[in-house]
Amino acid sequence: MSQFEDQRTTVYKVDPEHPESETLPTLRTEELLLNMGPQHPSTHGVLKVILELEGERLVKSTPVMGFLHRGVEKLAEEGTYHQFIPHTDRLDYVCAMYNNFAYCRAVEKLMNITVPDRAEYLRTIVAEIQRIIGHQFWLGTQALDIGAMTVFFYCFRDREILLDWFDELCGARLTTSWYRIGGVERDFTPSLFAKLKQFLDYFPPKIDEYVIFLEKNRIWLARTKGVAVISAEDALSFGLSGPTLRGSGVDFDLRKYEPYSAYPKCEFSVPVGKNGDTYDRYWIRVQELYESVKIIRQCLEQIQDGPIMADVPSVTLPPKERVFTNLESMIQQFKLFSQGFNAPPGEIYCGTEAHKGELGFYIVSTGGGKPYRLKIRAPSFIHMGAFDHMSKGYMISDAVTIFGTYDIVMGECDR
Amino acid sequence: MSQLAKRIEDTFPGTCTKVVEWRGDVAVTVKRENLHDVARFLRDDPALRFDYIVHVSSVDWPDDEERFEVVYEVYSIRTRQRIRLKSRVPESDCIVDSLTDVWKGADFMEREVYDMMGIRFRNHPDLRRILMPDEYEEGYPLRKDFPLRGKGWRDTFEFLDEPTR
Repeated sequence: MSQFEDQRTTVYKVDPEHPESETLPTLRTEELLLNMGPQHPSTHGVLKVILELEGERLVKSTPVMGFLHRGVEKLAEEGTYHQFIPHTDRLDYVCAMYNNFAYCRAVEKLMNITVPDRAEYLRTIVAEIQRIIGHQFWLGTQALDIGAMTVFFYCFRDREILLDWFDELCGARLTTSWYRIGGVERDFTPSLFAKLKQFLDYFPPKIDEYVIFLEKNRIWLARTKGVAVISAEDALSFGLSGPTLRGSGVDFDLRKYEPYSAYPKCEFSVPVGKNGDTYDRYWIRVQELYESVKIIRQCLEQIQDGPIMADVPSVTLPPKERVFTNLESMIQQFKLFSQGFNAPPGEIYCGTEAHKGELGFYIVSTGGGKPYRLKIRAPSFIHMGAFDHMSKGYMISDAVTIFGTYDIVMGECDR
Repeated sequence: MSQLAKRIEDTFPGTCTKVVEWRGDVAVTVKRENLHDVARFLRDDPALRFDYIVHVSSVDWPDDEERFEVVYEVYSIRTRQRIRLKSRVPESDCIVDSLTDVWKGADFMEREVYDMMGIRFRNHPDLRRILMPDEYEEGYPLRKDFPLRGKGWRDTFEFLDEPTR
């Protein structure tokens, strides 16, 4: 208390030689420190940011992370390669399928396994569905943060359909673990194909519906256009990827640059922005919804019958129905999970274009069934590195917009 | 030896101690005195232009003389190639030059490496822990001598003494 009194006396001290200063007190100005989070709904989890403010403008922002740190990279060193798949679900818990996909691809690169055609198509279809879910989730929450509540309900209504579809596919809505090293866990049933086709007809008009709410919404435009601008050079230098990078006009998409899975057999375009602001990143994500629908359509047309798991018994799991009836398969499954397969010594990095950006796994192997070191290149974490740069000079309320524009999920950021 | 490694070796003779090409990935280990110069060369050379930083990582090899390995992976948007730039550091002098001035994104990634592995970065603007709490004193979690069950007060939970497997 005494400290405050002291300050008051120094600030409003009347100079006896200049009595007019009594009417014009010398006001003290200094930067205000404001803690935002970790329990703030717009930080999409447990993120704390220390904001230095000058009036309402952000001068400097320091993200404080790690509230959700679970040591996933350390855990990976203690388990076999197969055992790590469920851990990847918990990284970006909104879009578990893409994490599984990125991890399985990395291990396949390490083991030099080619995945059969049908499995590649199934993988691509599910990955694109996951991208739709991710973008719907992003659009809903971003609009909600900025103040457009209705879009949230529309996005989540359609997201439910796909989550139920996931439920039918693998028995879980969010923590899916459907991808396996060398293939996928189970094939689509005819009912799943039918429901997916129905959804593809249902969905594109709904995207137009979301856009109607936002495209002419003056508040939305005022709060996204020209907010959090980042130049292409800076975006690259910060390591931004995905829509956050493409918003700045860099045409970088791993699905095109390093084609994988069934993407090279599909025709699709990569939307690229111009201004590098929040609006362009929004526009890109909406366009990607249309592109995803296109990719899924083409995959459904091209898909042929065939195996869904690579035939490498020393690495890939036996089909589940054989495990409970056939002794050899059961032993194989048991050995693969408890001891793992023998990976060659070496190191690889494999990046996959998830809906947030480049999700990569860097695996160092010294042989044996466990990774020696596994590093996750999490786009959310790397995007947060640019937060200070992108928020400088904007208002406090824009901080919320900038979290949102990265599509940040703290489970992936803190790992 | 790949074209890329050759370019580096020609420009900085004697700096590459190891070049590995495996599964299409090129990994070049350079002496740590040259790390900063090589990185700047990779970014600025008009034929290379490695302008996109992918990740910064670290590996612990407790049995080696130079115990730690810092790994920078960069990508060139123009030439569509990757390179993994590595450097070894002994435990007694666990410091490398920060590449924050070459790629801005290295800031947070290097902080993570410092936090997890305890490798220090010279000239880093803000080298603090990033995922673990600031006052965390039990060491660096991703080092191989750090037990999975944790250290310090976390080690005293009773259920941890039960056999797990």
